[in-house]
Amino acid sequence: MLSKKGVNPPSFRKTGTTIVGLIYQEGVILGADTRATAELIVCNKNCEKIHYIAPNIYCCGAGTAADTEAVTDMVSSQLQLHRYHTGQESRVATALTLLKSHLFNYQGNVQAALVLGGVDVTGPHLHMIYPHGSMDTLPFATMGSGSLAAMAVFESKYHEGLTKEGINLVCEAICAGIFNDLGSGSSVDVCVITKGHKEYLRNYQVRNPHADISSKGFIFPKKTEVLLTKVMPLREKVEVIEDGDAMEE
Amino acid sequence: MASSGFQADVKALQKQLAAKHLVSFQRYGRCITVFDLNVADGLHFSFRIYQHQHNKQMSCPAMAQLLSNTLYYRRFFPYYSFNVLGSLDNEGKGCVFTYDAVGSYERVGYGTQGTGSTLIMAFLDNELKSPSPLLLPAQDAVTPLLESEAVDLVKTIFASATERDIYTGDKLEIVILNADGIGHEYMDLRID
Repeated sequence: MLSKKGVNPPSFRKTGTTIVGLIYQEGVILGADTRATAELIVCNKNCEKIHYIAPNIYCCGAGTAADTEAVTDMVSSQLQLHRYHTGQESRVATALTLLKSHLFNYQGNVQAALVLGGVDVTGPHLHMIYPHGSMDTLPFATMGSGSLAAMAVFESKYHEGLTKEGINLVCEAICAGIFNDLGSGSSVDVCVITKGHKEYLRNYQVRNPHADISSKGFIFPKKTEVLLTKVMPLREKVEVIEDGDAMEE
Repeated sequence: MASSGFQADVKALQKQLAAKHLVSFQRYGRCITVFDLNVADGLHFSFRIYQHQHNKQMSCPAMAQLLSNTLYYRRFFPYYSFNVLGSLDNEGKGCVFTYDAVGSYERVGYGTQGTGSTLIMAFLDNELKSPSPLLLPAQDAVTPLLESEAVDLVKTIFASATERDIYTGDKLEIVILNADGIGHEYMDLRID
C-alpha cells in the first residue's frame, strides 16, 4: 500500500549467489562464493554462506541472508537438542525434514534456497531445498543466481567416482559463477565432509584481489569545514528575574 | 563523450552525432568520470559539416548544446543514455558537461554517470573542491590537478567502485584530451 504512494520498503540484503554441492567417492563437497549484495551494491565482500548444521552436516544458503541464517541456526539448535535426546549422530534426512517443513509452513515467504549436504550412518547425502519447501535429491546440485553458470561446469565435467579432484571441480563451478554472474564474487569457500571427518576450507581460493592502485593514499580532512560562525547570546532574548522562588530540592 | 545506460540507445545516439561528423568515443563499463584539466591549446576535431556551414570549428559550448538538443528531440521516447561530454574550449581549457537522459546539461568541474556514480561522486566531492561554474563572481571550475595526479585518481576511483558495484569492473579505458591530442590508457579491474 505504501509503495503506491512512493514509499518503498528497505531493500533486503540478499546473497545473489553461487552455491554448489557434489557427492564424491568419500563423501560430500560443498562450495560457495563470498559476496553479499543489497540490490546493486556489494555489502559484504567476504561473508560465510556455508552454515553449520551438525558436525557431519553443512548447508549452503542462497536468497535473503537473514532467512538463510535464521533457518539454519534454528535447525542446528533443534538438531543439537535431538542429539542430546537420542544420543546418536544426526542424520541428513532429519535436517532435511525440519528445513523443508519450516519453509513450507511459511509458504515461500522465507526466501531461503539451500544446498544441504552431509555424511551420516546411511551414507553421503546431498539435497536441494527450494524456498517454497520442495526438495530434490541429486549427486550434484547448484543454487543461486550463478547456478546456471555453475551447472554448466558440472554437467560437462561431473562423473561418478570422483576423488579429491572433486574439490577442483567445485572450485571451477564456483569460479564460473563468480566471473560470469554479477551477484556472485570475491572468493571460494569449500567444505569437505567425509565419514567421521570434516574440513571447512574458508577462502580456499582468492582470485580477486583489489586492483593495483597508487600507494600514495588520500588525506581526508578530520573535521568538517566551518563556513560560518554566528554566536547569539541568549541573554538578550531571555529575561532573567533575580528574585524568584528557589527551586525545591 | 562517454555514455552509460541502455547500450542500444547509446549506440543509436552516437550514430546520430557521428552523422554530424563529430568525433565521439565510447567508454566501456558502466561508470564514467570525466575531469576538467587545465591545459593549453585546442584540440583538432573535424566537424566537417559544422565547419562547412559556419566556416569555423565547432566550439565546446556548441557541441554541448548539440548533444542536449539531440537528446531533447527524443523527449517523449528518450535515448536511455546518460552522458558526460568532455572537450577543450577555445582558450584551451578543459570543459566537462554532464547530461541526464533527456538533455538537461550543466558545465561542471568533474562529473560521473552510471550505476557506480553515487559511490564515486561522494569521494570526488570530498577530494576536489571544485566550485560550481554558476557562482558569482565567476570562478574557474577547473580542478587543481596535474595530469598524472588526475589519471591516478581516476584509476583509484574505478578500482574502488569495482569493489562495491556489481556492474562496474573488467576493464577501464581512460581517454586523456590535451594539447597533444587524444591519449588512451587501459587498466585491468576486478573481473568478478
